[in-house]
Order: sequence, then structure tokens, then C-alpha cells
Amino acid sequence: MHPFVLGLVTIAIGVSGCLAYFSLSNLILDKVIFPQRPGDRGRNINRANAVRPWLFLFPAIFALGLYLGYPVFETLRLSLTDRDAGGAFVGLANYQQMMAEEKFWEALRNNMLWLIVVPAASTAFGLLAAQLTDRLPWGNIAKSIIFMPMAISFVGASVIFKLVYDTRPVEQDQIGVVNAIWLHLDGGIGSFIVLRLLPAFLMLAFAAMIAYAIKGLIAQLRNPHSQDGFGIKALRVAAGVVGLWVIVKCLLTVINIFTVTNTYGEPQTWLTIPFWNSFFLMIVLIWIQTGFAMVILSAALRGVPEETVEAAIVDGANPFEVFFKIKVPQIRGTIVVVWTTITLVVLKIFDIVFAMTNGQWGTQVLANYMIDKLFRANDWGVGSASAIAIMVLVSPILIWNVTNARQEMRDQQ
Amino acid sequence: MSTIAGTKSRLTWAVHISTLLLVLLWIFPTFGLLVSSFRTADQISSSGWWKAMYASEQNIVVRIADPDDFRVADGDGYVVSGNLFGDDTGVEISNWGTSSRAIDAHEAGETADLGEGETLRLLANGDYIWSGNDDQISGRAQRVFATAKTPPDFTLENYDQVLLSGNATDSIAKAFFNTLTVTIPATIIPIVVAAFAAYALAWMQFPGRAILVAIIVGLLVVPLQLALIPLLKLHLGIGIGKGYLGVWLAHTGFGLPLAIYLLRNYMVGLPKDIIENARVDGATDYQIFTRIVLPLSFPALASFAIFQFLWVWNDLLVARVFLIDATGETTVMTQQIVELLGTRGGNWEILSTAAFVSIAVPLVVFFSLQRYLVRGLLAGSVK
Repeated sequence: MHPFVLGLVTIAIGVSGCLAYFSLSNLILDKVIFPQRPGDRGRNINRANAVRPWLFLFPAIFALGLYLGYPVFETLRLSLTDRDAGGAFVGLANYQQMMAEEKFWEALRNNMLWLIVVPAASTAFGLLAAQLTDRLPWGNIAKSIIFMPMAISFVGASVIFKLVYDTRPVEQDQIGVVNAIWLHLDGGIGSFIVLRLLPAFLMLAFAAMIAYAIKGLIAQLRNPHSQDGFGIKALRVAAGVVGLWVIVKCLLTVINIFTVTNTYGEPQTWLTIPFWNSFFLMIVLIWIQTGFAMVILSAALRGVPEETVEAAIVDGANPFEVFFKIKVPQIRGTIVVVWTTITLVVLKIFDIVFAMTNGQWGTQVLANYMIDKLFRANDWGVGSASAIAIMVLVSPILIWNVTNARQEMRDQQ
Repeated sequence: MSTIAGTKSRLTWAVHISTLLLVLLWIFPTFGLLVSSFRTADQISSSGWWKAMYASEQNIVVRIADPDDFRVADGDGYVVSGNLFGDDTGVEISNWGTSSRAIDAHEAGETADLGEGETLRLLANGDYIWSGNDDQISGRAQRVFATAKTPPDFTLENYDQVLLSGNATDSIAKAFFNTLTVTIPATIIPIVVAAFAAYALAWMQFPGRAILVAIIVGLLVVPLQLALIPLLKLHLGIGIGKGYLGVWLAHTGFGLPLAIYLLRNYMVGLPKDIIENARVDGATDYQIFTRIVLPLSFPALASFAIFQFLWVWNDLLVARVFLIDATGETTVMTQQIVELLGTRGGNWEILSTAAFVSIAVPLVVFFSLQRYLVRGLLAGSVK
């Protein structure tokens, strides 16, 4: 049978199977197990209603348990065993082996770099796009276009950006736009603006953004009415320290931007330049995620009460003050949600690195490292250990999300 | 007052211009891929796609028509004449030469002296006259090296090669259908399963409901990577192996948390009165669900369907692990494009066309159903 026909048959069987399960199980519950006979009618209705939710939930719980619950524990178990030795328990040997590998640390370092740059840049660009398009007559078209990369696969985006970064020998016409610009600049005032002023400006803007966030953190720490526990406070202090470190790094990079000598006149193979090549990969994800951030933040900006903005304007605030002092503080919660959602995407990033460099030239990330262990080295132990490493990185967000969800459930009741 | 009005309009202009720049920056890479997919291989490698509307300068090597077949007597010698490009194609030659060491020795329209009375004249449009004696105008034809400006040329040949040719490495027609085969069941089945569960979590009272919701929120963020090895082992163990069934099940499992979460959030917000009234009128939960809640939840169902469709269509990881076996018969488009990046990394005409075919379907879905996508995103992350 042709697979496509098989697919249609599967849809038919799957959907009708589900419907049959739900209706038949309900019927059996009402007519056979707890029949509504005159004597015990009320009691049986109550009993049936106590069981029914679990009938509705069973397929979902079963699938979730099998496809997401069980693997968490099984992966944990596999990471402590050795497949070659017949699945014998080897304690932390896999983790030790992983920690001894330079590639793992490279992947971890790169993941951290991605974790700082991509959510920050996507959120910043998203906020910028949301604010710019807010009152524009053609704002919806602009938003559609910036949002469009969300529909493009990571692999498709990788092809798009491979063309952007393409390199030809110096005597040929460059077909990658980045190299074309690079050769076109070739020293001169244009290159000073594009290669020194613009990156320096972006770096300083980034540093200013982090400083702004730290200011917010400090304000919350010093707030005497705050009801945060010790854990949250410690988390805030830690985030502040990391932020300070990032600011120092940014300022050092700015100095570097003005002192470095560029090799003009030579087309560059952008994806093999150590350290910076990771940034060229990050640009792909930033390009994709900015649209997401923009859509969410734009909705949040619309929700900012008009009176607060009007009051600020009456008090003489300029548009920048209105944006940074009135609007942004009111959508802080949404910014955090956007930031964490993009962080989750970043932690699992695999396709872009796989398709563009496959972890060569120092661009490895954890998810690709894991696939590499799994399929190339066929080492399930270390593969599982690296999967657990990803899980550990995700878990703070997991706990935070679950806490919030429970809070909300309680609020609803 | 006038100064304030002045700054305002200047600021409006600044907003217009910066938005335009941002939009152009964002669409520029994709547009490049689209333009490249309509250009010939020669054109792509000779100039950047942003010059596609202009004539591109190329160095070409052409051997003129075979003298043994085409020469005609002319006085006491022979002449071969014709056009380098077959007919007038709008190509404009600026410089040319007859040896690879001096490819721009002559200008268009000049007559080159090839020694002992043998001459070659080449016009800008490619017309040539090669004349000489019997001995000279025979054997191998003269080669011409020319620097030529080719007018912009757009072609559908790449799409023909990628979609219809049946070429083993280039054709992605099979992968296209495989992707479709994976996507449709993997989009529909989780919706059915999730809708019932979401209803139970939203409108039925039972102990442990809050904990279940919390667990589903937790499962939302569990990385897929964790599930790969155990599930592959499970699939191999129970005999599903690598194949469509496995990948459908995997996508169903991985899509469920988001499906339940989105649908539950939407269903909780439905008006309480309708459901209570139906209950008072004696409707069972099954009836309430199928007749009232399900039809009302259509926007949320559509949101999730779009998410899942885009996610499954664009997926590479799950397909690689659960579907694609050693025969490669079940390859999907993302996988084939990654392979093309390896085998035909320099052939941008094939690569860009294949990539564009693979992103065309999601783009159509995206632009036609954007409303639902945005609604789903907002329901999923902002509360």
C-alpha cells in the first residue's frame, strides 16, 4: 500500500478509533457497569460521573506517560548504564567520560552564549518592531513580514542564510551578500560605520538593556513590601551578577571592535571564523524568533492602559520616556514570558547547527552533541548523559512554569 | 505649538523609515532565495541575486561551428559564419580572444588576424565570420573566449528539475509526499485525543485535576531530546521499528502537552451558563462535549492544528530518529535538503529551489491562517 494511502487509512482508523473509544466507553459505563436502575439510580449516576473524567483522560495520560514521562526516567537510567556491557550499571562513568571531552565543554560554552544573546536580541528586536508598527497604517503588513520566518523551518532558514554567508574566490563576483558588502566596504568611511560604529552601538545598546534590567532587579530586591522567598531573591542576585559580567564583556568587546585590524579585500568564510561563527548561526535563530516576540509584545503594548500614556504626555514626557518609563515597566511580565519561551527554544536548538556547520569549527551545541553521540558514535550512555544535561538546564524554567500554573489554578478557584 | 507639531511629524517619518528598513532587512534573505530559484546555474554563480535585474558579465568559451560541415567556398578560400549562441539571445560581447592566455585581446567588431591570411571577425551580438584557405578552415573548429554581458534571464527549469525530473538526488517530489504523509495524521490525531482530555480538565470535577494541569505545564517544556533514545528502543522492541507508524505516534505524544494546554485554556473561558444549562436539561458530558464545547472551540482547534502542522512539516529531528531508515525510501524534505547541502553545496539553483519548495507550503498556511496562529500564540504564552 502506498504510504500516503496508509496515512489516510491511519487518520480514519485513528480518529474513528478515538471517537469509538470515547462513545463506547461512555455507553458501557452508563448502561453496563453503573446501570440506572430504579433502586440505586442516584448512587450510580454519581459513581459514573466519578469515573467518567478518567475515561476522557485515559488516552492522553497514556500517551503522555509513554512518550514523555517514561523517557525521562529511562534516559536517566540509561545514562547510568553501559550499552556495550549489556546495560550494566556503571554509576557516573558516562558523565565522567562526557566531562572529559573538550567537545562537551565547547557545546556547553556555546549553549551559554546562545542563551545570553538570542533571547536578548530577539526580545529587543521584537519590542522595537512591536513599538514601531504599533500606530502605523501599514503596521499589519510590516508585522506579517517580520513574523513570516516563524513558518520557515530551521533547515530552510539555514539554506537561506548559507546563501547570505556564501563565499567565492576573490577573483569571482561574490554571490553571498555579506561578502559582497565586505568587499565593497574595503576600508574607508563606509566600513568605519558598518564595522565599527554600528557593532559598537549595538553592543552598547545591549549593555544598556542589561543595565536597565539590573536596575529593575535591584529595585525589586530593595522593595520592602516584596513577599519573595529566599530562593527567588538568590536567583535575582545571581541574575544580576551574570548581567554585570555580560556588561563588562560588552564593554571589552566595544574596545576590541575599535582596535581590531580587519582583513579587507579578502572574501571571508564566515562560518569558519573561530568564536564569531557561533554568532552568525545565532543570527538565523534571532531572525526567526523576533517575529514571535513581536507578536506577543505587540499585544501586550496594546493592553497598556491609554490613561497612563496620556498622563505621562501631559506631564511633558517625550516619546522615549513614554516608552521606557511607562510602557515597558507595565509589560515586564510579558517580556519575561517571551524571554523564557525563546530560552527554551535555544536550549533545544539543533537543526541550524546541524545543517550549517554540524558542530565543526567550534560551533557545537548540546543538542547536536547529543545526536552526534547517539548516531555517529552510537554511544547511548554518553548520549543520555548529555540529554540529562539539557534537562538540567531546562528544569529551572520548568519549575517556574509549574509554580506559576499552580498559582493561577488557585486564583481561578 | 508649531515646533511640537514639527517634531511629531519628523518622528513619524523616522518611525516609517526605520520600520521600512527593519522589514526590508527581514525579508531580504528569503527574497534572495526566491529570486535565486528562478535563475540559471550560470547566472547564480556569476553575479549576486540582487543584480538579477541587470545584465551580468560572464566569461564564456564557445567553439564555433564545425568547419567540415558548415564551411562554404568563398573565392579561393572558405568561410564559416554564424552566431556563437545559435541565434540572437541579447547577449552582448565586449571583449574576446582566441587563446586562453589573452581572453580579451580584441574588442567586439574587430577582426583578428590568426596568421597567414586566416581571420576571425566577431560582432557584439555573437555573429562571426571565420575565413581562410582550405587547410586553415578544417579539422577542429576555432575556440572563442569572450567576455559577454548576459541579459537577465529567469527560468522555471530548476523547478522542473526539482519537482518533475525524477532525478535520484535532485528530485524532492517523493520527499514532498513523504512529508505530507507524515504531517496530516500527526496533525489530526493529537487534536482528537487532546480535545477530550482538555474538556475533562476544564469542565469536569474530580480529585487531582490541579495536579494534572501542573504536570502538563511541566511536560510542555521537557526537551524532546530526552525522549529519543528510550522511545527508539521501545519502538524497535515492540516491532514498530522505524517507519510512518512510529513517527505518527511520536509526533502525537510530543504534540499532546501543547494541544491539551491550549484547548483547556480556551475551554475554561467558554461561558459557564451554556454548559450549566445543558447539564440541567439532562445532557451527558459526552453530549455537552460533542455538541457544545467542540464546535465552540473551533478557533483553538485551528490554532493548535496550525502549530502542529508547521512543527511537523518543519521537523528534522523526530523524522531522522523515528522514520528515516537505511534505505532512504521514507526521507522527508528537511532531511533531503540537508543531504543536498552536503552533496550539492555549490549548486545553488537546485538547493534554493528545493528549499523554496519545502518552505512554500508552510508560508501558504501561514499567510492564509495567520489570524489563528497569532491567537494561539497569545493564548499559549500571555495570560
